[in-house]
Amino acid sequence: MELKHGESGILDHLDLPDDDARRLMELGFLPGHAVTPGHSAPGGDPRVFRVDGSEVALRRDTARRLMLRHENGNKAAKES
Amino acid sequence: MSDCHGCSVATLPPPRAIPTRRHIVAIVGPPNSGKSTLFNRLTGLRQKVANFPGVTVEHRMGKVKVEGGREVFVIDLPGVYSLEPRTEDERVTHDVLLGQMKDLPKPDAVLLILDSTNLARHLVLAAPVLSLGLPTLVILNMADDLASRGGGVDVAELAMQLGSPVALVSASRGTGFDKVFQFLAGATHTAPQAAPLMQLPVIQDIPKCRAWAAHVGSKGKYRAPAPPHWTRRLDAVFLHPVAGPLVFAIVVIAVFQSIFFWAKPAMDLLQETITSVGAWVGSMIPNPTLHSLVVDGVFNGVGSVVVFLPQILILFLFIGILEDSGYLARAALIMDRTMARFGLQGKSFIPLLSAYACAVPAIMATRTIENKRDRIATILIAPFMTCSARLPVYTLLIAAFIPDRRLLGVFLSTGTAVMLGLYVIGFLAAIFTAKLLKSTVLKSSRSSFMLEMPPYRWPTLRSLGLRLLDRSKVFLRRAGTVILAVAIIIWVLSNLPVHNGQPPEIGQSIVGMIGHAVEPAIKPLGFNWKVGIGLITSLAAREVIVGTLGTIYGIEGASAKSEGLQHALQQDLTLGGAVALLVFFAFAMQCMSTIAVVRRETGGWRWPIIQFSYMTVVAYVCAFAANKLITLWF
Repeated sequence: MELKHGESGILDHLDLPDDDARRLMELGFLPGHAVTPGHSAPGGDPRVFRVDGSEVALRRDTARRLMLRHENGNKAAKES
Repeated sequence: MSDCHGCSVATLPPPRAIPTRRHIVAIVGPPNSGKSTLFNRLTGLRQKVANFPGVTVEHRMGKVKVEGGREVFVIDLPGVYSLEPRTEDERVTHDVLLGQMKDLPKPDAVLLILDSTNLARHLVLAAPVLSLGLPTLVILNMADDLASRGGGVDVAELAMQLGSPVALVSASRGTGFDKVFQFLAGATHTAPQAAPLMQLPVIQDIPKCRAWAAHVGSKGKYRAPAPPHWTRRLDAVFLHPVAGPLVFAIVVIAVFQSIFFWAKPAMDLLQETITSVGAWVGSMIPNPTLHSLVVDGVFNGVGSVVVFLPQILILFLFIGILEDSGYLARAALIMDRTMARFGLQGKSFIPLLSAYACAVPAIMATRTIENKRDRIATILIAPFMTCSARLPVYTLLIAAFIPDRRLLGVFLSTGTAVMLGLYVIGFLAAIFTAKLLKSTVLKSSRSSFMLEMPPYRWPTLRSLGLRLLDRSKVFLRRAGTVILAVAIIIWVLSNLPVHNGQPPEIGQSIVGMIGHAVEPAIKPLGFNWKVGIGLITSLAAREVIVGTLGTIYGIEGASAKSEGLQHALQQDLTLGGAVALLVFFAFAMQCMSTIAVVRRETGGWRWPIIQFSYMTVVAYVCAFAANKLITLWF
């Protein structure tokens, strides 16, 4: 699923090595939370994501591994 | 370590106040929660930076006077999201809180500081901290932001839920501190803890902790504030695809332009003061030898370095503003792609930017980089960044050799352009080296980049002031010790051996002999023997060369004294030699403190030796080329 600017999805799970996943979870990327893409560096990478009251910048190859679903429950990988 | 975080630890009340024992209170909190602002607010000038024995993580310790004139020691611990000891920062926080840090008793109490505008998420850290069983005051910071953005919290209810007192404060404005001081006063005897209404969750399980935090928050009637509109608006500009990089470039140029021009009046004033005080002190000393030692040795030597204090302070002021306002995180974001091209990441950008002030704190700041190889690579390239100790050397040589002309109207002068050029070549050398390292010995898979963007905030005058005061102390202490000692040694060696009670011509003195001995090695770079002496003494610290040259020329020519060092250098160095000297200083690792900190951080002599040799070779070769090219063209 491609998220447009300002459009959000619900985080389903993190398809990342344990260490990275833990760190992201500490930063607020927990399953069930809404993830909204925001501004980015020139060229679109890395991008800022709003999640659980914070804004966290992630590179595209990390963001790609955040598995999102729409509010209605369709699973899809996130790419911005 | 034991994994028994989840079990309820019996609350052992700290021993009754015994006058001889220090009472220690640790400040814990996530990054960007305002820990340092709180610490500064509590301790003011009564603080110092120290290192834990055996580890490199710096911490600040300060004294707080509480009721009845007693004192409590407050430690500012590194910002953490959890107490899982994975990075060095987290290990320090973990070890201190569990009383496992050598030479530091277990804290008597904890100040847990959380950002009230993002409370539900920040409360996650409360779970592991409260489970330690230490008396804890939960401080909800940014109360002013919370209120102005329409959020709120029931402090009393939250305290009931957590079983710990809660204070709602604004560390930047200093409101709500009564409760903090009360708690600190209480911490010196005992603060009985109430049992929390909410059972603490299993600490390792982040989703469970987060659910617990949400529950506690809602019981405490927490209303999240509206999103920070100003931050959104500013980011729309600062992270705009076109305007963002433009603003970034303007910020960088403006910083360097002001280092050069704003500082000038203050530096001129300081120079005049030092010269006249030197002359006045000199007039009181009848003995010619002593007169020469004080005026030529001490005042010329130390004075020529002290003059650069305004410049260094302006640089630290700007870095402080960028960091405290939250712009630095955006700069790291903008730079990430560029850094990735050289095998590094945006997180390396923050230590590298602070390396523009000084490589020593920068190298310590690399510990936030989780990937070991990325970290070593960042440490190895940090000294290529133009640190403030190079400024005295650059300023002196540019003022002496580069004619002052306007290039782009009022915006850019030739002096600034050359200065900027030196910053650029340092940066290029750094990224070239990074690329070299990351594609050979420090190869690693593409690392991840995760960086929280804090909301923009006004930097407080208090924090900026304390930063500048701290820097002034470091700089002046060095001027008063290392540079003073070198100045006196140079003066003594310049006046020996004594012939018939007369000091020798400086060329025949011990300094002259040493200088002449090294001259063949540096002649190809266009340097004379006096610069050679400067190069030797600047191994201690870069700016020492300015003091050394000040002493040598001060002794040599009484006539040059009023015109100062610039004039003397113009007589004695070609343009090629001057540019070569600039290039040499851009690349060489002339700094003992940096070598020492690299050894400590990398855990051995291997990396600092490689780094020093590499940088010296690069400096020599490039200075040689610069001298040849300039001599050919002009």
